[in-house]
Amino acid sequence: MLFVGIGGIFGAISRFLLGKWITSKSSSSLPFGTWIINISGSFVLGFLAVLHLGNGIPDWIWLLCGIGFLGAFTTFSTFGYETIQLLQKRDRRQAVIYVSSSVVLGVLVAWLGGLLGLSFPNLL
Amino acid sequence: MNVFAVGVGGFLGAILRYMVGKIIPSPSGFPASTLIINLLGCLFLAWFFTFTAKKLSINPNVKLAIGTGFTGAFTTFSTFSVETMNLIKNHQFLFALLYVLLSILGGIGFALLGAKFAEGNVGPVKHGKGRAD
Repeated sequence: MLFVGIGGIFGAISRFLLGKWITSKSSSSLPFGTWIINISGSFVLGFLAVLHLGNGIPDWIWLLCGIGFLGAFTTFSTFGYETIQLLQKRDRRQAVIYVSSSVVLGVLVAWLGGLLGLSFPNLL
Repeated sequence: MNVFAVGVGGFLGAILRYMVGKIIPSPSGFPASTLIINLLGCLFLAWFFTFTAKKLSINPNVKLAIGTGFTGAFTTFSTFSVETMNLIKNHQFLFALLYVLLSILGGIGFALLGAKFAEGNVGPVKHGKGRAD
């Protein structure tokens, strides 16, 4: 459980700092910070999940990096909050683009990460 | 200091997510625990951010610890993506569709509800909807 907590500390801090930095660089009304964080986190978790299932990594790495770090790095509540902010600004089109691209790309890159995880033992 | 606040919240949020995930079962492989965690997080975060923006101003570090750190780390998007992909992989298409729709529409609905609660304008009888429901 401590592994999950320690991963959570670094995941949340990375999300905070990276999100702030991306938002400062972006001029779009779309919340690109959370968008990039959630999609990139889905890719890496897809990769780790396959390694974890195939017993390619020890349990503590899964708890620290998968459940702790990536679980806390990516976020659903901020995603939901940002979506209703777009809706409240009557940016319905932007809200639909934000939600659908996050979900479709998130699932797609999780699958790609899994493919990479499957071929990973052969790469070494 | 604000990085520290986010870290403390992240520590507690990630552990709570892990524990709730152990308690709530996944009937027939349906990821009920992540769904419940994400919906509760959406409800709470929208309430919390709206309430602290409009009704009660609190210390910004406390806000970061509870909102960005704790609630942000409690809920998760990456697990949602991987679980959806696994349902598709296992040919549980109906479950995958149900999971995505409940997460997205439920998350947005709960967030709207949370923001409304915070603004305090949840009328008992509005738009002809009965409160007994």
